[in-house]
Amino acid sequence: MTTRSGAPYFLDLFQIRFPVGAVCSIAHRISGVILAVSVPLLIFALHRSLAGPEGYATVVTTLATVAGKAALVLLAWALGHHALAGVRHILKDMDVGASLGSARRTAWLALAGGGIIALVAAVLVL
Amino acid sequence: MTAVLTGLRAWTVQRVSAVYVLFFFLTTLVWLAVHRPVSYAQWHAWVTSGGVRPAMMLFFAALLVHAWVGLRDVLLDYVKPLLIRAAALGALALGLAGLGGWAAQILISA
Repeated sequence: MTTRSGAPYFLDLFQIRFPVGAVCSIAHRISGVILAVSVPLLIFALHRSLAGPEGYATVVTTLATVAGKAALVLLAWALGHHALAGVRHILKDMDVGASLGSARRTAWLALAGGGIIALVAAVLVL
Repeated sequence: MTAVLTGLRAWTVQRVSAVYVLFFFLTTLVWLAVHRPVSYAQWHAWVTSGGVRPAMMLFFAALLVHAWVGLRDVLLDYVKPLLIRAAALGALALGLAGLGGWAAQILISA
């Protein structure tokens, strides 16, 4: 297929090989949406945890359930990746790691760092 | 509506809020790690002590503004019909403002 100007384009998402920077970028967006969706839960947990000793105990025991632990690990990945990819952006704004080669390396670092943070969180909550 | 917080200003707000959110989150994480297991009395005393309450209010303000810039970008990328886009942005703004009010009310009455 071609665009109106004649340049070819190909948008089969199952066949396109994404460069690591693209994977890091879409993961930054997905993790951001996950974190944003969790904000009401965070505020609710804050509300319950400050409402009294019973509310506080409810928050602690809820986080200790299987679902609570799974949510914590997911949030650890989302926060870890989002923060690392964010720091990567800020450094690139300051021209640190902005060349193609180092940008590819830091994209790998952010992806791996998010995974490691999720693993550490999994070990801690289990 | 789409003109709220755009361009260089949005870029600056996104980055400044990001740095503060990360700073406050890590501070809280360290506090929790140092004091664990944390009791209700300890937690309540810490949140309501001196500078922590305003610092936590600022955290939620920064978090919600950061979420506005990011989710606004997401909506602008995927929601093209103008009316639906305006409605989605309006709902998002109302929702985030409501969350901010809720968090502030929790911290004030704590």
